[in-house]
Amino acid sequence: MSGPLSRTDIARLVARDIPAGSYVNLGIGLPTLVADYLSADKHVVLHTENGMLGMGPQAREDKIDPDLTNASKLPVTELPGASYFHHADSFAMMRGGHLDVCVMGAFQVSTGGDLANWHTGDPDAIPAVGGAMDLAAGAKTVYATMTLFDKDGAPKLVPACTYPLTGLACVSRVYTDLAVFSLEQGTVSVTETFGTTVDELAVRLRLPVVSGPSSV
Amino acid sequence: MVEVCGDADTALRGLRDGATVLVGGFGEAGLPFGLLEALLRCNATDLTVVSNNAGNGDSGLAAVLGTGRVRKIICSYPRQVDSWIFDRLYREGKLELELVPQGNLAERIRCAGAGIGGFYTPTGVGTPLAAGKEVRTIAGRDYLLEFPIFGDVALIKADTADQAGNLTYRKTARNFGPIMATAAKVTVAEVNRVVPAGAIDPESVVTPGIFVNRVVLAGEATRAPSPETTE
Repeated sequence: MSGPLSRTDIARLVARDIPAGSYVNLGIGLPTLVADYLSADKHVVLHTENGMLGMGPQAREDKIDPDLTNASKLPVTELPGASYFHHADSFAMMRGGHLDVCVMGAFQVSTGGDLANWHTGDPDAIPAVGGAMDLAAGAKTVYATMTLFDKDGAPKLVPACTYPLTGLACVSRVYTDLAVFSLEQGTVSVTETFGTTVDELAVRLRLPVVSGPSSV
Repeated sequence: MVEVCGDADTALRGLRDGATVLVGGFGEAGLPFGLLEALLRCNATDLTVVSNNAGNGDSGLAAVLGTGRVRKIICSYPRQVDSWIFDRLYREGKLELELVPQGNLAERIRCAGAGIGGFYTPTGVGTPLAAGKEVRTIAGRDYLLEFPIFGDVALIKADTADQAGNLTYRKTARNFGPIMATAAKVTVAEVNRVVPAGAIDPESVVTPGIFVNRVVLAGEATRAPSPETTE
C-alpha cells in the first residue's frame, strides 16, 4: 500500500495481524474500526471491559438495547457464545494474562515499549484513565495505533515519552500511517513502510531503526 | 432478610452526612436512576461517591453532583462528551477527584466485600497514578499496593430480585453491581421486577441475597422489558 495510510487502512492492517482464535480487546477510537475487518473465519472473540465476551457489531435501530453497550457506551450486539460478567472478573481477564491482544490508540510510544495515551499533561485537561492502564499491564500483547508524527511534525515514536505514562514496556507493535514497527528489547524494527523508506524514517524519527521481517 | 421497599425514598432512608455511596453503572447501563432521584431529594451532604463515571447530561449522577452535596468522587473515567456538570465543579475546585484505573477500582471494591485488606497490582506501575503508593517486587515484577473501598451504602441496578434478595442482572448493565453489593453496609437494589422466592433458578442467581438489604422497583420509564418466555 502507498502511504500515508488512512485510519481504515491502519485498522485493516491490525485486523490482518491478529492471530486466529485470539481473545481481543479493542480500545476506543481507531482500534474500534478493527472489528470491521476481522473475518468471521478467524474466530476472534472480542472482549469489552464493561463485562462481555463475544461482542458483536454496533447495534442499529430496533436492535438498540440500553443495557448492552461497549466501552465507548455505544449500543452493541451479542454473538452466539457471548457471556456477561461483572467488572472484577472483566479486569481479572486482563490482569491475569488471559487476553491475547489489546489494541489501543497512543499519544506516544517509546522505543522501549512504554505507552502514553491517557493524559496530555495539560494542567487544564480533565484527567480520565478508564481501563487503559489495566490493559497495558495485563494483555499478553499490546498493539498501539497512531499517526507517526503530530500536527507539528514531531515524532510520536520517541526515545522516552514526554506525556504521562499509561504503562511501562508493554507495546510490542506500533501501527502508523507511514510504517509498522516491531519493538523488542529497545530495538525498533520497521516491518512495513507506506510511501516512505526505512532510511527516510530513521532521519525523520532521529532514531536508529532496522529493517525487520514483515509482520505476517 | 431483604426488605422490599414501596418507593426509592424509603429504600434510601437513613443516609447520613459524610457517607460513602457506591453507585453502580457504566455510563447509563446499570445506573440506578430511581435511587439517584431519591438521593437528589434527600438532604445528606458531604458525600463521597464511588462510580465508574461522573455523570452524563443533567440528570442521574450528574444532577446529584450538581447539588454540591458531594465532596469527593472516586472514579476511573469522569470525562465524557456530556460531563459538563463534573467538568465545571472540578475546574472550580468544588469537587475532589480520586482517579483510579478501572480494574483497580473494581478490585478495591471487590476486596472490601471479600475481607481482603489490600492487594498488589501491576496496573499503574511507573505512571503518575502510582504516586505515593508502596511498590513491591514479586517474582521480578513490580506491583503497587492498593487498599479496599468500603461503602456505607451501595445503590445498584439489577434485573430481577426474588423475595430472598437474590439478584440477576441484564447484559452489560451487570458491570459494578455484583461487587458493589458485597462492599457496603447497606445495599439497595433497584430492579425491573420482584418475584417470589424460588422463581429464580438458584443456578442463575448472580448476587446471593446475603449481600442485599433493600429492593425497590424501578420506575415505569426506566424499567427494562420482561424477558421473552423461552419455556
